[in-house]
Amino acid sequence: MANLKPTEDQLAYANLLDIGMKVGLAGLFIAFVIYVFQILPPYVPINELPAMWKLNLHEYLETTKIKQGWFWITMLRYGDFLTFLPICFLAFVTIFCFLRVIPIYLKKGDKLYAFLALLQALILLLAASGILKVGH
Amino acid sequence: MVRREFLAFFAVGLVLCIISFAFGGEAQLPTNSTLPWWAWTLILFVLTFILGIVAVLGGVGGGVLFVPIVGGFFPFNLDFVRGAGLFVALTGALAAGPGLLRRGLADLRLAIPLALIASSSAIVGAMIGLALPKNVVNTLLGLTILGIVFIMLKAKKSEFPEVKEADAIAKALGIGGVYVEPSLGKEIKWTVHRTPIAIGMFIIIGVMAGMFGLGAGWANVPVLNLLMGVPLKVAVSTSKFLLSITDTSAAFIYLNSGAISPMIVVPSIVGIMLGSIVGVRILAVTKPKVIRIVVLALLLFSGLRALLKGLGIWN
Repeated sequence: MANLKPTEDQLAYANLLDIGMKVGLAGLFIAFVIYVFQILPPYVPINELPAMWKLNLHEYLETTKIKQGWFWITMLRYGDFLTFLPICFLAFVTIFCFLRVIPIYLKKGDKLYAFLALLQALILLLAASGILKVGH
Repeated sequence: MVRREFLAFFAVGLVLCIISFAFGGEAQLPTNSTLPWWAWTLILFVLTFILGIVAVLGGVGGGVLFVPIVGGFFPFNLDFVRGAGLFVALTGALAAGPGLLRRGLADLRLAIPLALIASSSAIVGAMIGLALPKNVVNTLLGLTILGIVFIMLKAKKSEFPEVKEADAIAKALGIGGVYVEPSLGKEIKWTVHRTPIAIGMFIIIGVMAGMFGLGAGWANVPVLNLLMGVPLKVAVSTSKFLLSITDTSAAFIYLNSGAISPMIVVPSIVGIMLGSIVGVRILAVTKPKVIRIVVLALLLFSGLRALLKGLGIWN
């Protein structure tokens, strides 16, 4: 198998990504079990899901009265919203990884890549912020 | 020749989009199904499990098969299918990332500047995709899938592309490395060229990845390998890793917009991941050429389905 010697930044990124991915997937599995077996009640009744699936985003949000953005974080007592927690965590893993490599680049005096990694983390944080969302 | 075919394809696509805008109407879904929720969840899990196997054997990402097939044949609105597709592609890339980085097959230094471009564009793509009428998205999705079939049929691969000299951007960013290829028993020094053109391509790739929730390995690899001159193994691995960044930005837009349904997302992720594990195990005993034909046929069929759905011909 082909090999390139991984650099310190690459290894640090890989190690954090590995942990984050495993934690996220384990959380996803647990939250989904809680949702499907209704250990916590779902906000949208599971039996009504087939009727909801046909709706487009706008109709779905209107019918269910679900608000966009980080509203779901206030609804974690419901099984369906609880699954958003590991889903969101998985999306955050990459941001953690970029923040992790910035000090390594700075230590090596690679200011350009430290800046690029910071910029990447900020772009992902902007996407995560909920400022950029779309209604129909 | 390929350029002329591309322009012809683009012109036909433009005309079809105008037609779908004018006459397509909102795509109707097969919603009169009497199946209960758990039956659809189970069918989705089984299908994604099979897709996971086929994707590995066919050498494509799960997302590119997931969106057109699930979007075309399941009673789910395309908004939620694309959201799920992004998370399917994202989790696959997150799972593969650590191994590829540790073994030095994916190159972080190469990925960072390109990811910056692609992930910013993916945000724009996701917002466009969620704002456009469904028939137009279906038409564009169909055309994109048919374009992917075209790329898969036409694009050649180069194991060790020749790059005479790194361009100015590549030099400034210090992109390059030494690739040790055991089959040849020698070290191959690589760098990249045509970075400015590649940046332009990654803007388009990012927009499409965000708009359709497809993942973008089908486009990343030819750009990295054929355009920039990255050795094939490094190109394939870096492309897979890149998806974990590109799809993250678009996934956040879908999440914040509310276009995530856990009952679609979770079985799909689990199904594709389990399927991928099985796929890797049976890779050694199958004929990749046959599987590739199956993948192309699946893409062709689901691409046509999305296109005809968008045009209001096959609802």
